[in-house]
Amino acid sequence: MTVLLLLLILAAIAAAGFVLGRRRALARAGGNPKLLHSLPAYYGWHAALMSLLPAVLLMILWVIAQPIIVQRAVTDTLPAAMTADPTALELTMADVRRLAAGLDAAVAGGQMTENEASMLRTEFTDVRDKLARVGVALGSAVTHDVLSAAQEYREITAQFALWRMIVVIAVAVLGLIYALAVTKPDLWARNRVERVMLGLLMLASTIAILTTVGIIWSLFSESVNFFRQYPFTEFFFGLTWSPNFRGGSQLGFLPLLWGTLYITLISMVVAVPLGLFAAIYLAEYASKRVRAWVKPLIEVIAGIPTVVFGLFALITVGPFLRDYFAQPLGLGNSGSSVMTAGIVIGILNIPFISSLSDDIINSVPQSLRDGSFGIGATKSETVKQVILPAALPGIMGAVLMAASRAIGETMIVTMGAGAAAKLSLNPFEAMTTMTVKIVGQLTGDTDFAAPETLVAFALGITLFVITLGLNVFALWIVRTYREQYE
Amino acid sequence: MTDLSAAGSSPLGRTRRSILIASPEMKRRNRVEARFKYYGIAAIAVSLAILALMLFIIVRDGTSAFVQAKLTFPVTLDASVLDPKGNGNRDEMAKVTTIGYGKVLTASFLAALQAKGIDLGEASEKDAAAMISKDAPGQLRAQVLADPSLLGKTIEVTVLAGGRIDGYLKGRVTMDTAQRDGNVTPEQLVLADKLIAAGMLAKKLNLQFLTLPDASDQRPEAAGLGVALVGSLYMMLMVAVMCVPVGVAASIYLEEFAPKNRWTDLIEVNIANLAAVPSIVFGILGLAVFINFMEFPQSSSLVGALVISLMTMPTIIIATRSAIKAVPPSIRDAALGVGASRMQTVFHHVLPLAMPGILTGAILGLASALGETAPLLLIGMVAFVDNYPGAPLDGFGDPATALPVQVYSWASRSDPAFIERSNGAIIVLLVFLLIMNVSAILLRRKFERRW
Repeated sequence: MTVLLLLLILAAIAAAGFVLGRRRALARAGGNPKLLHSLPAYYGWHAALMSLLPAVLLMILWVIAQPIIVQRAVTDTLPAAMTADPTALELTMADVRRLAAGLDAAVAGGQMTENEASMLRTEFTDVRDKLARVGVALGSAVTHDVLSAAQEYREITAQFALWRMIVVIAVAVLGLIYALAVTKPDLWARNRVERVMLGLLMLASTIAILTTVGIIWSLFSESVNFFRQYPFTEFFFGLTWSPNFRGGSQLGFLPLLWGTLYITLISMVVAVPLGLFAAIYLAEYASKRVRAWVKPLIEVIAGIPTVVFGLFALITVGPFLRDYFAQPLGLGNSGSSVMTAGIVIGILNIPFISSLSDDIINSVPQSLRDGSFGIGATKSETVKQVILPAALPGIMGAVLMAASRAIGETMIVTMGAGAAAKLSLNPFEAMTTMTVKIVGQLTGDTDFAAPETLVAFALGITLFVITLGLNVFALWIVRTYREQYE
Repeated sequence: MTDLSAAGSSPLGRTRRSILIASPEMKRRNRVEARFKYYGIAAIAVSLAILALMLFIIVRDGTSAFVQAKLTFPVTLDASVLDPKGNGNRDEMAKVTTIGYGKVLTASFLAALQAKGIDLGEASEKDAAAMISKDAPGQLRAQVLADPSLLGKTIEVTVLAGGRIDGYLKGRVTMDTAQRDGNVTPEQLVLADKLIAAGMLAKKLNLQFLTLPDASDQRPEAAGLGVALVGSLYMMLMVAVMCVPVGVAASIYLEEFAPKNRWTDLIEVNIANLAAVPSIVFGILGLAVFINFMEFPQSSSLVGALVISLMTMPTIIIATRSAIKAVPPSIRDAALGVGASRMQTVFHHVLPLAMPGILTGAILGLASALGETAPLLLIGMVAFVDNYPGAPLDGFGDPATALPVQVYSWASRSDPAFIERSNGAIIVLLVFLLIMNVSAILLRRKFERRW
């Protein structure tokens, strides 16, 4: 862990910088802190930041650039035949890296001296066998070229590590010297430090944007690869989903969309009445004490991990529905079904709908209730004819957001809905969703060149667009139709 | 006019209306009112009943994972088998594989049966030997290698019984199912009854459930949560270190410093939308960016922590911002008034006052992060891992699993013994979540300040 060691050294330099900067500022002011522009500690922070920041920046750049440069250098030593086309080059380089890592492990484990590792020759030693004994498995026998490239690789890497250490420490020390040189009583140390801090805070806030960019980039780039291999129209309008890793798969998206929407519909049928009535009761009828107990209890449902609900669907709800509904009604005998997943997701969404609706109902002004009571309406009439219409946009928004959560839910459908992609109306049949198929296509052995794997990214981007669209639509409804009360 | 007076002045033509006497119409309306109220109560009752049912089933099925059928009998550690060279050298002894220890265990077990006068009945000697878990020889081997002086002695050992025998003691396996089960015979169950009577076989506390690594399909009795617990712990540590400071810094910027402009709006919109992105999409992000592009090690807790950090960030930012917002402006004005800079105001006054709220939000964010499963499946943490990850820093890159993922992977195995394990793992997970939530509530109670 040379990087860790380097970081520790940098931290030590920065700490020294703090002490020296502070001391120097005080010394220049003749020991009287009142003569300083900023508090003494800021001079310390200034020196510490000056030594740390450029060095860390340089180190990050170096860590990114080093593999590229090393690869280029090593490529030059390999015979042209091995580096001709990009795929072969990549394979060879992977071999080289693995061999180099193996040699490193052997040296670190004490089975080989540094000297032996660099003097190894395929002509004299069976390198593969030797490394296997150290616990490093190599795929193929080691050729002379690869071995010498790996040795070159190790040598260059080691050199680079050494240089990195020297240069980074030198930059840190130079930064420190600069900071100490400019430290004088009228240096605006506090302003300088605060500017750096503001920069760091700003950097932190951009992480949200970076994440979004990362999501879109990762979904988009691989989706483009997918649509290059599989026609756009067949994906979006295909009625059959039957991936086959030996080729000739049909990757129609409609059965998955149907399963997803069907499950979401059932979950909404469960969650909306239960959540809404619970919210109305809590907001309009419940005493303060009941509310203080019941509201957190319902929210406990939201705090339980979805995998727990998944297991509940798998071993309790599924068999129950199968034994008491599906089989007696002759609708099938599958434990995992649209119904199972739908009901359990519905339960999961109850607290979501009830909390949001509760807030919205509470934000309807009391004057509306008083007016309604004043002309003789009962409580339920007030709720039905005054409060709900006033709260409707907000409740619609909550329902749409809950639907978007149901569409994106993964664990419950993976464990409760089944894996067969079907276009059927029977709710007791096993169907599957987009999320199940994303998990299915991306776990286990995956080949990122095959459309069967890449289709997961196309599904992912569709899912992303649908859920995002629903959420934006929900917000739009709330904004556009919200009643404004003084 | 005539109509009006006629209606008002004919006491006989129409029933008198009074607010003291309920009219049928009023009665109907009151019934609707009562019904409406009961709908609300019923909705709450149904929701809470389902929650209670779910927890009840988990506890009912899961607590048995913490006890395990164990066989107790004296084992004679035959030096001629376990230490063929006879010099007590540990390296030489390590060459004896678990097969050797299995033979020793079997021989001792059969001898113990004979000594206690237990008749094998219709069970063959092989059947009897198969009642010992396949994991037991490995554990005995580790015990002997740790203390070679045991060689040649006769020690009393308590080893795991096989998964089906365990199931029999817990009521999962019956004579009926044993008929149809290839892994257990009714004769073995008869023998198990005799062993119970003789005190050699009993259910005992099994804390190894918390420490052992996962085991293969054939050995449910030896499967434990060790690797998952370490993996989850590593991930939570890294999430706390990566996500909380960055989230708090972002909130400070947005709440206290950000100018009102397009860029700030863009950040705000992004945070709001990220909070609504399905978790599986973050899994795809992790797979594409961290594993395929940056080539971080697959299945590692490092990648898991990165993905979960990005996912939890919006939650933490939202919680922190509301905590910062709750600090009244008068505090800032006072600080600025005595000459503090804006940075000093924030870091010396606003942040300390908002700290309880921030910590509460952070703990709740970590709690939801702990239960996250779907993205971890995509980055390969669902793989079968039976080696503990190494010590921190290097160990962060080692393959690991996490608690909720372990729940999933056990639930997807065919042997019902793993469902029990899965429920047991949920109990552990829920206990952690309970601790985190309670500490968040206590923190809020203790430090909450009303301005």
